[in-house]
Amino acid sequence: MSDENAIKHEVEKEALPELVNEYEGDCPIVIEGLRNSFGSQVVHEDLSLKVRRGEILGVVGGSGTGKSVLMRSIIGLQIPDEGTVEVFGQDITKAAPDEQIGVRSHWGVLFQGGALFSTLTVEENVEVPLKQFYPELSPEMRQEIARYKVVLSGLPADAASKYPSELSGGMRKRAGLARALSLDPALLFLDEPTAGLDPVGAANFDQLTRELTDTLGLTVFLITHDLDTLYAICDRVAVLADKRVIAVGTIPELLESEHPWIQEYFNGPRSRAAAASHKRGIEKDARRAESDASGNASDTVQGNRGRDNDLAQNAGREAMDKDDGGKA
Amino acid sequence: MREWAEYTVKEGGGRETIALQGPLLVSSVAMLDRQLRDYADSVQQIDLTDVETIDTVGAWLVVRFAREKDAQIINASEQAERLIAAVKECDSDEPITAPRDKTLIRVPETVGDKVVDMGHGAVGVIGFLGAVMITIGNTIRHPSRLRLKALVRQIELVGVSSLGIIGLMSFLIGVVIAQQGAAQLRQFGAEIYTINLTGRLTLRELGVLMTAIMVAGRSGSAFAAQLGTMKLTEEVDAMRTIGVSPMEALILPRILAAVFMMPLLGFYSSIIAIIGGAVIADITLDIPFLTFLSRIQDVVPIHDLWVGLAKAPVFGLIVALAGCYQGLQVKGNAEEVGARTTQAVVMAIFMVIVLDAFFAVFFSEVGWG
Repeated sequence: MSDENAIKHEVEKEALPELVNEYEGDCPIVIEGLRNSFGSQVVHEDLSLKVRRGEILGVVGGSGTGKSVLMRSIIGLQIPDEGTVEVFGQDITKAAPDEQIGVRSHWGVLFQGGALFSTLTVEENVEVPLKQFYPELSPEMRQEIARYKVVLSGLPADAASKYPSELSGGMRKRAGLARALSLDPALLFLDEPTAGLDPVGAANFDQLTRELTDTLGLTVFLITHDLDTLYAICDRVAVLADKRVIAVGTIPELLESEHPWIQEYFNGPRSRAAAASHKRGIEKDARRAESDASGNASDTVQGNRGRDNDLAQNAGREAMDKDDGGKA
Repeated sequence: MREWAEYTVKEGGGRETIALQGPLLVSSVAMLDRQLRDYADSVQQIDLTDVETIDTVGAWLVVRFAREKDAQIINASEQAERLIAAVKECDSDEPITAPRDKTLIRVPETVGDKVVDMGHGAVGVIGFLGAVMITIGNTIRHPSRLRLKALVRQIELVGVSSLGIIGLMSFLIGVVIAQQGAAQLRQFGAEIYTINLTGRLTLRELGVLMTAIMVAGRSGSAFAAQLGTMKLTEEVDAMRTIGVSPMEALILPRILAAVFMMPLLGFYSSIIAIIGGAVIADITLDIPFLTFLSRIQDVVPIHDLWVGLAKAPVFGLIVALAGCYQGLQVKGNAEEVGARTTQAVVMAIFMVIVLDAFFAVFFSEVGWG
């Protein structure tokens, strides 16, 4: 018991105020008047954006409009010229180093290429943030956590012992997601998670993102070029153009916008195809949800995730409710 | 101040109940986890009534403990139910560390692998040398295929831009040889032989040898790292598909640059070393600077210069060959680039020193002692 107290004492001595848990606001990320530039090239000018708690916000924009730079500004990798970036009420741009760390353990980032540490196995990769932020966890616990996170991210369990170079591109993304989730973050940043995946893999990844968001109560900042992702899982979409966020809203709302780029983006041939396939998917989901409700044999967590369709969602909820009722 | 998760034991109706309290979060369960691992008594129920918040780590802890004790989870909040269900599905008992053989097997295996690699490496380098020779032959037949621009660029990188560092190094080596030589020769009253020592040693051996080592460290490593990175980013493959031979475009300019530059750099290095010796002799031995230089012409036989210059292109070839060969062997990940670069430098320096010993014996035997 005494060494436990010693560990407790050690941790508490260095512990940061748990500002994140105390944060009560509705918008974990608030950006105001952001300006970023590289030399004479201005990427962002007077950019403002709010991300609501519990939503998946898709961020779209043409190549070079600074989507990744925006993400880097939020997570503190890019110091903006002007403006404020508040994450859980703390200004990232002006926060003292230790304050930043207090926030840092509450977000997970999936970089474009996965950015796994190539000399560590997947399991060790997932353990890195745990070791860094919670050294008081016992090694057995850390390993157990890493192991279920790997499976939670949709990887086969035997992938945990592999090195990143032994994994395919899609598996590497999932491993990156496992590492991003290792601290049970409240905020998840995904930088083009489905880029370079085959359509089936991309759809699975989308579904996984939605499921995790709903199960773990995440807020997701998702940069993407993938129209299917936008239609399938994003609650709202922010459009980056002209160095600013020109519009934020659901896809139907954005479709009413007059801005030429948005019109071109959402009314292009690829967008129409994505919308059509999304519609088909919802109908299928709805049918499945109905059969689930009657069959009462569905799995609670893997329940229906149809979006923007009340019928499908309600049907799914009913299915879940029934399930829960059966258990209690 | 951090809040920790805790537990209390309740007994009621012959049922042992463990009630968990406080936040069940990754930041707060460390102590609880340790305590529950050591908990020996049987448990029938786990009560989650007083759990304030929970994340998947807390859920995992509950699931694991429940399974271990075969206990029931009661009074879980809706969120806890959901997380527990999610985590339960993710259970696995696959090994989490990369498979690793026992030391008794691993050590001989590694040794064997190294020996086989060395064999393959030797064959590979000889094959590579052959390929370079064929490319040189082809280029002589079709001189227009020589990449003159690339060659000049490499000559600049290997030769011109290393003049400063090689000059400094050689000057100091000349100083050290003359100074240390004089200290020993003084005991016999033969300080004047410092000139012979400095002149012959630098022109015949050290000038070229030290230059080769410097070029291996500077350019050999650069060759390996550049080509390795190009291999990783599939630039080399892209070249092949467009019909550009990497041998002609990448390898030949580097090898020719090293072969051409080494004699010049070696000669330059020797001269600077002699100047270094002359400077220190002027200061500490009272041998005037110009006298030192004119004595050099008398005491150093001209074949010492030829010996030095004959070795230089061979060393240049070895350094460039090792760098290019190792660079092209890179595959897989970024770590490999580092490993191959190291190997290139080690291999180059090792081969240069072995060949230098061979040359020393050879030239003595042919009467150029």
